Amino acid sequence: MSGLVLALTVLLAAAMIGAALVAVIGKSLPIAILSAGLVSLVASVLFLLLASPDVAMTEAAIGSGLTTFLFFFILGRMRGGEHD
Amino acid sequence: MIRKFAAILLLAGIASIFMGLLFTYEPDAELNTTARYYAERTAADIGATNIVTAIVVTYRGLDTLGEVTVLFLTAAIVGLVLAHGRRRTSDKRRLAPVGELLATGSRFLAPLIILLGVYVFANGHLTPGGGFQGGAIIASGVLLILLADPCRCLSHRVIDTVESVSGLFYVGIAILGIVLAGGFLDSHLLPRGELGALFSAGAIPLIYALIGLKVGAEFSSILAHLSETEEL
Amino acid sequence: MAQIAMAAGFILILVGFYGALTNRNILRMIVAFTVADTGVNIVMVAVGYMRGRTAPILDETVPVADALSRIIDPVPQALVLTAIVIGMGITALMLAFAYRFYEKKRTLDITKCTELKW
Repeated sequence: MSGLVLALTVLLAAAMIGAALVAVIGKSLPIAILSAGLVSLVASVLFLLLASPDVAMTEAAIGSGLTTFLFFFILGRMRGGEHD
Repeated sequence: MIRKFAAILLLAGIASIFMGLLFTYEPDAELNTTARYYAERTAADIGATNIVTAIVVTYRGLDTLGEVTVLFLTAAIVGLVLAHGRRRTSDKRRLAPVGELLATGSRFLAPLIILLGVYVFANGHLTPGGGFQGGAIIASGVLLILLADPCRCLSHRVIDTVESVSGLFYVGIAILGIVLAGGFLDSHLLPRGELGALFSAGAIPLIYALIGLKVGAEFSSILAHLSETEEL
Repeated sequence: MAQIAMAAGFILILVGFYGALTNRNILRMIVAFTVADTGVNIVMVAVGYMRGRTAPILDETVPVADALSRIIDPVPQALVLTAIVIGMGITALMLAFAYRFYEKKRTLDITKCTELKW
């Protein structure tokens, strides 16, 4: 049981770091925003494994839900400005 | 190039500090003094089964009031920054009609999502969840309505009224605590009740419901302002 | 397990800072800041985690009498709860100002913002 949880933690950490690298280094801005949302979503599962369900719910609802939509609302108004 | 090099040098410095923190970290074997106080006293003092809720609403209630105030300021500033110089375009812009599936689905789902938000903050003192989570879920329901019908301007008046009325009641309950109970934001205003019942833990369900409504209204107002920005 | 989560949080902070320092597009900088924000939250929750214990919620499996030896530290969780909500507010604020900047300059490049240079 403990080994399984440990393996899952390592997997989630690796997925989170990979998504973060895509969010920071990747070429396309919409994919970067989605990856940042993915980081939050994976982090919320990690919070659940760290025995904090309250934080997990907050992160899933706010960090990965609402924040991603805020970015897309703004991005949708700035067509053409996304290639720096 | 030199910029990137300087950034990497700075990050290497921060990383070495982090390494030092990580390798000397020893997890506690016992709860520290503060945590032990909360673990021992919450059930008897506050009557909430979720200790995080007891900390957020009662033990550290003033911090939460400050947090809600910061959130209110954020919503106000976002409204101010985005409303400045907004031209009133009367023509309903040529928006592609949203799909039938989204329109019907949102009519069915939005009330259920808002109901889930209310459930989450009404049970905040018993199960994981609470005002902030419930408020965020309510804002997700509002977001669905916004997505399904972008032309209909969401009534800012309703959002503002909910926001200010719940804020007023929150501060009102906090001040009643001084008069009727031990101090500002004391939850012993109402009877403590039986541990684990829905109506228990004094005023915590009431305060958390007000926080939930206020946070939900603030998030909704931020989302509505951002979604009504003009296409540039 | 807490150490793995903590290491992941530290790496997220570094990745986020790297992105914020090297990107010139304002929106990408804000994305990088949200990544760093998540990293800070993970580190704080990992500090509160204790081996073999469970969430700070009293019920049939965690009776009041055993709470002291069964639950993890609830204080970092309450802190992170606040941090996440405020983090979203800060992101909204940054995005609103980025929108105004774009409205004025028609670009998202931070190097075009030269008013405060001397």
